[in-house]
Amino acid sequence: MPKVIAPRDPKEWSLFTAGHTACAGCGQSLGARLVLNAAGPRTILVNATGCLEVFTTRYPSSAWRVPWLHSLFENASAVGSGVEAALKALGKADDVHVIVQGGDGGTADIGFGSLSGMFERGHNILYVCYDNEAYMNTGIQRSGLTPFGASTTTSPVGSEVLGNTTGKKDLPAIAVAHGVPYVATTTVAYPKDLEKKVKKALSIKGPKYIQILVPCPLGWGHDTSLTIRLARLAVQSGIFPVIEVENGKLTSVMRIARKVPVDEYLKPQARFRHLFTPAGREELERVQALADANIERFGLLGSKAG
Amino acid sequence: MARTLEKTQVMEGSRAIAASVQRCRPQVIAAYPITPQTHIVEHLAQAVANGELKAEYVKVESEHSAMSAVLGAEATGVRAYTASSSQGVLLMHEVLYNVAALRLPLVMTVANRAISQPINIWNDHQDAMSARDTGFIQIFAEDNQEACDLQYQAYKIAEHKDVLLPVMVCVDGYVLTHSYEPVSLLDQDLADQFLPPYEPSWALDVDRPVTYGVMLGPGEYLEHKYVLQQAQKRALGVIEDVAREFGTLTGRAHGGLVEEYRLDDADVALVGLGSLVSALREAADQLRAQGIKAGVLKIRTFRPFPAEKIVAALGGVKRVVVIDKGYSLGSGGILGMEVTAALASAGVPAVVDRFVGGLGGRPIPASTVVRAVVSPELPRRQDGFLDLKPEYLGEGD
Amino acid sequence: MKFYPGVPAMPGTSLDNHTGNWRTQKPVFDHAKCTACELCEQYCPEPCIIVADDGKFDVDLDYCKGCGICAEVCPFDAIKMVLELK
Repeated sequence: MPKVIAPRDPKEWSLFTAGHTACAGCGQSLGARLVLNAAGPRTILVNATGCLEVFTTRYPSSAWRVPWLHSLFENASAVGSGVEAALKALGKADDVHVIVQGGDGGTADIGFGSLSGMFERGHNILYVCYDNEAYMNTGIQRSGLTPFGASTTTSPVGSEVLGNTTGKKDLPAIAVAHGVPYVATTTVAYPKDLEKKVKKALSIKGPKYIQILVPCPLGWGHDTSLTIRLARLAVQSGIFPVIEVENGKLTSVMRIARKVPVDEYLKPQARFRHLFTPAGREELERVQALADANIERFGLLGSKAG
Repeated sequence: MARTLEKTQVMEGSRAIAASVQRCRPQVIAAYPITPQTHIVEHLAQAVANGELKAEYVKVESEHSAMSAVLGAEATGVRAYTASSSQGVLLMHEVLYNVAALRLPLVMTVANRAISQPINIWNDHQDAMSARDTGFIQIFAEDNQEACDLQYQAYKIAEHKDVLLPVMVCVDGYVLTHSYEPVSLLDQDLADQFLPPYEPSWALDVDRPVTYGVMLGPGEYLEHKYVLQQAQKRALGVIEDVAREFGTLTGRAHGGLVEEYRLDDADVALVGLGSLVSALREAADQLRAQGIKAGVLKIRTFRPFPAEKIVAALGGVKRVVVIDKGYSLGSGGILGMEVTAALASAGVPAVVDRFVGGLGGRPIPASTVVRAVVSPELPRRQDGFLDLKPEYLGEGD
Repeated sequence: MKFYPGVPAMPGTSLDNHTGNWRTQKPVFDHAKCTACELCEQYCPEPCIIVADDGKFDVDLDYCKGCGICAEVCPFDAIKMVLELK
């Protein structure tokens, strides 16, 4: 059958192109596409090693329609710092956005040192963390962003231990502590919110940090169709607060219209299956307590002034 | 405007090197301090602060980030510079491969220093040797004038369209970086004439949105490595051409692959890298005075390894004595092994005596070299280690 | 295909890779029910949601991996996932 090019076809307008080898339903591929199209074509991307880098650039294919550079796992922020410095030297710094992006590892763990250096030196760079809560590319191992109770291949459920025993490294707070002028979180369930935050960040000079929760069907163990629903439930249960912190002050939160118990968010995910056994009851209560603490801390139910 | 060599001055090696780098007009500098490289990067920081050097100076938080930042800068199409030593060179190890494989013509000065444990801040060649597989071109300076002259040549070699590989200029830490020698710098106009502005062969550019840093599979990676090897081989010729051009401009022969001293009629050839060569020259003179026809083959470029030149220079000697300041534990001195392999492959019948000394900054005086030539038995019994002190050794050693 | 320095890949060449052959189910769009609200287009991870001549939304089957997100998010029940048997 002859191929019809529709009047509006993403092949024409999207800076992130289909044909990449992300898993079906991958939250990160959606996140990356939303970020890049919000940033526009005058953007240079520096990418850490990880799922996003691998599934978009298997030679000779590339899903990117902007200049894009991948170096190593832990140096994306440092490479980006060099790109930004070069643009300043060339007098092109005001004309081109530099976005550095990475996942759990490249941001919170192995890449943490270079991230801190980039923040501290005040480079005009937007850092985007695609938070899928584990090292997915290497096979779903536990990361510093893996939440309490999640089962991963290195924090598995066994007879002695039930999943991950530590909480998420609070990267937004760490970014704020570095004096980063714009820090925000969002999820792929809210594309307009994501787009607005990216555009706002890019209008500010200096380092910016946006952390995007991106569900991973393979790693989280859920049906490929539930990526968006889970990204929404993470917010509505209080597990993943969506906030903006500008110049150290909390300036916006996404209010929870109708609070849902964490069970609704956790149940469809195989990585939390053990929480619904008798042995996991205490852990489940702890997860609920963590969500409630988030709601309290950020006033997500509208009880606190912004 | 006169294009000249500046008046000869006595100054600290690091300061002279920094002044030479400044004249290369790097646009981005990113470096992390480590003894004994520190004075180089400090002088450059002062030059930027004084407005004498228009460069973005990124005060990175580690050497891994230093090499990564200059990688990013070169990838964006500017001339960049960094410097390091010892542990810093090791820490950035994986990034070195990246820079070479991306064909980025960066220049890095390495103030050669020993490797921990235990910590030792003095000079040897272990750090440079650890990087010999990375794809970096490696050139060693014998004295501070050469260290200066190699900086300009390094950029010209690196940025040559047939090469496009990063260059490591090796300068013996403390021995050269912190000693005061008379040097003559190029004035800026002469430097500009020799080294025109950088024209990148590729760059991250929103008007040409190409993807770099891809994943390459088993079906193509072998060929990629072959292509890099061919670039190293082409560098052999380019290094000589650039040295010739520099010589014409300045009257100084401080470049190229190898240099011979009294080798024409020699029976014994002394071979080494860097400042050690000065001791080898002295030793050759002393041996000649004793009636032994000694000469020196100075190897200036270690990567690409100039096997052909070495074979041509040493074809007529009966005995070759190689003194290494780097060592591959479990095997032996690295330069010695590579020279031996080159000569053996070419069927050169000379006997090669391999010695190692100078590790951790132990001086190698000419007298030690002479002793190694005249009575090599003791060091040979001790794995070739020169001037080994028995009081530190245990029973099983 | 000779290597250029740095081994670059050209922009958008992923489009040569038709990931549509991955799927086991495909979305079928009911143009009558579709209100062109754009939600499916916003949420497609590839992206491969297109706007057809009639202004209604549909899918580019060359790339659709059959994840089912579009059907899940459509508020008008205009998309059904149908098992594809070859």
